[in-house]
This record gives sequence, C-alpha cells and structure tokens, in this order.
Amino acid sequence: MKSAIAIFLKDVRSELRTRYALNALLMFVVTTITIIIFAIQSENPSPFILAGILWIVVFFASMSGLSRTFVSEEERGTTLLLQLSVHSSAIINGKIFFNVVLLLALNVFTVLLYFFFLPEFFIRNYAIFLLTMALGTFCLSVSSTLLAAIVAKANTKGTLYPVLSFPILLPLLVTVIDATKLAVEGATFTEASGNFQILISYLITVFIIANLLFDVIWKD
Amino acid sequence: MGKTIQVQSATFLPIFFFKDLQHTFFKYLLGSLITFIIIAGFAFPMVPSPQHWYEFPIIPALEEKARNIFFHVPTAWVSVVAFLTSLVYAVQFLRTKNLDNDIKSVTAAGLGLMFCALATVTGAIWAKFNWGAFWNWDPRQTSIFILLLIYAAYFALRSSVENEEKRASLSAAYSIIAGLTVPFFIFIMPRITAGLHPGSAGDSQGKGPLFESKAMATNMRVLFYVSSLAFVALFYWIWNLRVKTERLLLHVHENVSS
Repeated sequence: MKSAIAIFLKDVRSELRTRYALNALLMFVVTTITIIIFAIQSENPSPFILAGILWIVVFFASMSGLSRTFVSEEERGTTLLLQLSVHSSAIINGKIFFNVVLLLALNVFTVLLYFFFLPEFFIRNYAIFLLTMALGTFCLSVSSTLLAAIVAKANTKGTLYPVLSFPILLPLLVTVIDATKLAVEGATFTEASGNFQILISYLITVFIIANLLFDVIWKD
Repeated sequence: MGKTIQVQSATFLPIFFFKDLQHTFFKYLLGSLITFIIIAGFAFPMVPSPQHWYEFPIIPALEEKARNIFFHVPTAWVSVVAFLTSLVYAVQFLRTKNLDNDIKSVTAAGLGLMFCALATVTGAIWAKFNWGAFWNWDPRQTSIFILLLIYAAYFALRSSVENEEKRASLSAAYSIIAGLTVPFFIFIMPRITAGLHPGSAGDSQGKGPLFESKAMATNMRVLFYVSSLAFVALFYWIWNLRVKTERLLLHVHENVSS
C-alpha cells in the first residue's frame, strides 16, 4: 500500500513536471467539444443525444490519455527499475490510482465545459448523474489501465489500444449512457439502481482481474 | 531436421496406425451423422398435426423458418464451447507456461471465431426472411457482433507481439479479460432487453431459449440435441487436426532456428 502510494506520487510529480498528458488531454477535450458544437450549431439537439456524445468524448479522451502510463515507462526504459524496486501489485494499484485521479480531473473539466457550451444538456436528477460519472470514471480508468499494460508490450501501441479496449469497455459504455439518459429524463434513483449494480459489479470484477493478471503481463 | 521426425514416426508406427484407424472411423461416423442432420433438418415435412416420427409440428410465427434452429443455434453453441476451451487453455498456459497449451488455446479461439461467423451469417439470412432485413441491431446481433470484435482484437494483439512466450501470455491475459464480458453479452443482455430474437424478454413463446419452450416437439428437440452434439464433435475433430499441424509447425520452426 505504501509503495502503491509512492508510485502514485512519482507519477503525479513527473506529470506535473512535464504536464504532457494533462495539457494534451485538455486540448483534446476542448477541440472535440468545439467540433461537436460546430457540427450541431443550427440544430436543436435532444439532451439524450448529448448524453451519448458526452461519453464519446470521455471514451476517446481516455483512450488517448490513459495508455501513456505504461507506454511512457517503456519509452523511458524505466520498466526494469520499477520491476526491481516494488512488488507488481503495488505498481498496478499505484497506476490505477493515478489514472483514476487523472480521469476524474479530466471528466470534471469535460462536464463543466459541456454545461457551459451546451445549455440544451439539462440534467433533471443530479444524484444519478454524479454517481454515474463517478462510477463510470472508476470503471473506465481501472480497465484501461489494465489494457494499457498489455498494449505497452505490443509493437503497434497507438492503433491497438482502442481496438482492444472497445469490446471490453462496451458493457460499461452501454450502461453509463443508459444511466445518463435516465438522469436527463429525471427518473427516480431506484429506476437507475440496476445500472449502478452493473457498474459496481463491473468495477469489482475488473479490479480483481487487474490484480490477478498484472503479474503475468508485467513480467518478461 | 526432417530425419528426426521420420525416425520418431517409424518407431511408433503401429500405434499411429491404430490411432489412425480410430480417427477414420470417427471421421466417417461424424460425416454420416452430419449428412443425416442436414437431410432431416431440411427435408422433414412440417405439418399442422404430426402423425409420424419424421413430421415436425408448425411453430406459429416461425413455420418453415424454424428449421434454422438445427444449424444456427448449434453453431452459436459451438462457438461458445470453443471460446470456453480457449479460455481454459489460456488459464492452463499461465499456470504451466507450456507453449502447447497456447497452441490449443489459439486454435480453439480461431475455430470459435469461424463458428461465430457462421452463426452470424445463418442468423442474418434467417433475419432477412423473418424480420425483413439482414441486420437489425437486435440485442442478439449486437452481442454476437461484440464477440466477433473481441476475438478479432485478440488476433490483432497476437500479430503485434513477436516474442512467442510474450505473445502467448499477453493473449492469454487478454482472452481472460475478454472472457469476463462474454457471459454478459451472450446470456444476460439478450434476455434482459426486449428484442426480436426468439427467447428474448417479451417474446410471446416465453423467455429463455426456444428449445426449452413447449413449442418444440420431441422429435425436433432430439434432432436439435443430436445436431448440437454433432457440431461439438465436428469442432473437436477440426481442433485436433489443427493442434497437430500447429505442433508440427512449431517443431519445424524450432529446428530451423536452432
């Protein structure tokens, strides 16, 4: 646990020093949302479609940002050093922690920007919306961290990542889009509880699998 | 290098011959069984009130199109069996680090992909005549589409890693991660969301697989189970052959490189 936090702090420090991922991701979100606004400028989009589009932005932003965690270690050649210094479960948990924080910050920014630019996106039940965003962020970052570890070992890193992630993330995306639509619709909390059950079980399964399989993926 | 293999096969020739005889018998039995299933599935008449053992009752809303159950459902089942086999051997590989398990896993995944494509095609043709279009984004079609995507991604991953050991363990890890989502797509999603496919929620014949419902007569059910078994045996036969060829290829590569 201590070493996991150390890994997390190391990543935060190196990220704050270069601000590579953060700057690129913020620009990515701004660009994507701008394109969406220009694409629908004269239309009057329904909030349901905007709920789907929000998750498209989040999905592709995380696809371009979260793969960095392990690829950067491979590029800097620090993989072996990490392997020698800490146990592999500390590495995966530290990396997951870092990605959760990164994606959480990114999603807060995305949602604020979304509300600012698209007043048509009107949420009727904030409890459902916030819980969906939080759980969705957790699930997305845990599973993409695990897949990033696989992709870091392959040759074609950039293209392979979305290809590998999409089928794994699809049950998650279907559920979060559905839950966001319920939040827009103003459904009661009990109506959306089925979606939260799916999200929580997805989170637990992926987290356990990440801890079990990381050892095999990580060690050469 | 060819010499060593020849010598080995010469020493075990009697055993190989005996095994070969068994395989030939198995092959012909399987061939005639599948021929029978094809003939029976296509040619047995469908009548309103069946009298003889070879007459099927008419299922309302499906009618002649119900014959697809003898081909489409078994192929879909075999693909599930194949993916499970692949998953089991992937776990075995991670435990033993024996490349032979990886061969078994990857050939099963390849065959699973093939049967999955067959199930998609038979389903799409059936859908054209039953629902009016080849593709409707019914929950079942979505789920089988995702299955195809998963295993296409699996092979994309395999082709981008050069080291054999690394490739085997990465793809084993990926197939385990993917294997977690498969049950959700095959068994849960089509049955909780309303759709057009027989057996989805809101179907007048009742929830759950069609072959468990009352609409199926006994002879149809028997033929269906026989067909499922025959398709699994077919999978087993092809799988065995491909595992053997892959093993030989591995031997050849090892001998060439050393």
